[in-house]
Amino acid sequence: MLCDVCKSQTASVFLTQIVDGKIQKVNLCDPCSKEKGVTDPTGFALADMLFGMGAAQQIGANLGPEGARCPQCGFTQAEFKKTGRLGCSVCYVTFAEPLKELLKGMHKGLRHIGKCPERLRLTQERDSALRQFHDELRAAVVEEKYEEAAALRDKIRALELSGGTKGD
Amino acid sequence: MSIGNILSKSSDWLRGDGPHHHIVVTSRIRLARNIAGVAFPGRAKTAERVDVLEKIRPKVEALPEMVDAVSLACQDLSPVDKLLLVERHLISREHAAKKAGAAVVMNRRQNLSIMINEEDHLRMQSIRSGLQLRAAFKAINKVDSELEQQLDYAFDPDLGYLTACPTNVGTGMRASAMVHVPGLVLSEQINQIVQAVNKIGLAVRGLYGEGTEALGNLFQVSNQTTLGEKEEEIIDRLHKVILEIINHEQNARQVLLHNKPNTLLDHVGRSYGTLRHAYSMNSKEALNHLSFAKLACDLGFYGDAQRHAIDELFIETQPAHLQKGSQQRLATDERDVLRAEIIRSKMASFAPPDLEGVLVREKEARVARGGAKKESSHGSESAEESGGVDPF
Repeated sequence: MLCDVCKSQTASVFLTQIVDGKIQKVNLCDPCSKEKGVTDPTGFALADMLFGMGAAQQIGANLGPEGARCPQCGFTQAEFKKTGRLGCSVCYVTFAEPLKELLKGMHKGLRHIGKCPERLRLTQERDSALRQFHDELRAAVVEEKYEEAAALRDKIRALELSGGTKGD
Repeated sequence: MSIGNILSKSSDWLRGDGPHHHIVVTSRIRLARNIAGVAFPGRAKTAERVDVLEKIRPKVEALPEMVDAVSLACQDLSPVDKLLLVERHLISREHAAKKAGAAVVMNRRQNLSIMINEEDHLRMQSIRSGLQLRAAFKAINKVDSELEQQLDYAFDPDLGYLTACPTNVGTGMRASAMVHVPGLVLSEQINQIVQAVNKIGLAVRGLYGEGTEALGNLFQVSNQTTLGEKEEEIIDRLHKVILEIINHEQNARQVLLHNKPNTLLDHVGRSYGTLRHAYSMNSKEALNHLSFAKLACDLGFYGDAQRHAIDELFIETQPAHLQKGSQQRLATDERDVLRAEIIRSKMASFAPPDLEGVLVREKEARVARGGAKKESSHGSESAEESGGVDPF
């Protein structure tokens, strides 16, 4: 039996993991098992490798038509199939459709609901506040509530200024 | 601070003073982050990786948490030093193999380490003794929040933090706890536990075979998914599962002690004999015997000083730690001899565990229980005689 990683040497380490009730087997040769940290029961590398290999196998069937290539880093689906890794953050856009299928099988959901970088969160909050003030301003003008409109205009200006100094 | 300085001190988590440290060896949280607009390290050219490193490294070194840190480029480290860092869980094996453009920054207490240009641009890890997933997360989350103010992370509003491997996308977080569960292994309950844990989206790993023959009865439980759930939810779930595992392990030990005391004591006694008297031992054998020595501590055969010595031996008998003192690289058989020597000398002062005492106490307890059982069965008989009325 050949090693699943290098596909050249005979496998001597046989690893079994149960993921989601499905048995996943990985066969490795001695050098690859050492390199991948299989002999280290505590390594994160092992988890990443097992999950990653599963990903590569799945995406082989999922990445869609041949020839798609990331405009940012030149990554192709063939390379993904080989390594189970993407080339850059733009690959997530380039391969968005096939990735969606893959992520669906891999994760609890398709939308991140955890931590968000503070700067981004502030920008998002500011943008949605701006949208709301603009809506209110239009309504105030239509209703000829000019004092209210003036107050809203000042709020919008202040928000835009604060955004401008934050590094836009 | 130099590498020599840092490696001569033992890691903070090795003190083994965290909550539930009898069963939970360590809790770890890892976050993966990348810089926007730059190829991931696996795809980037050497020059790009060096650029990223030069951009990130000073910011990491300037973190308040890294005041007395050591910052090391992988290419400057000797193979033994790299392996030492791997054995202490401070870098991954993959990272140890990296050349130009890869580095690691770690604090003096060795409970925080940040790898630059591993699979992702940043792999930040916090490690604690015992069950302290929340504390570990709090620490690494703070570091992440500090860095995000200075670095432009690759983040997508829908997919979260973008990572080289799609299995990490979203939170980029892997939370894990290493548990020592000889009771579950001996009572053959480990497979059931592994299956149950897997059903709720967590992964359990042991080595070689179906989980029953893990080295040193050590297993790692970690979250499998990173997208669609909040960090705190993932950690809470893992925390609860680990508490359950602790419970099951404690029960399994009590049941073994009551029902199969000879099986349990045989393991403890043989391990003591082998560790005290062997002259050559490979790391697999050492791990398995040390596991039962650790169990013997939990069962009260050894005191706190001995517990600390045994915990240290788990690390000190690993290949690179063995070679730390010697000038040249040792061959496998030389390492086995040295390993046995270190264990013998460290355990020389250990008095033999009082196994007979356990048997006697257990026998007494059984007699006491047996008496109680007889009485209660008399009670139920009389209830049956009087018409089998269930008083409840």
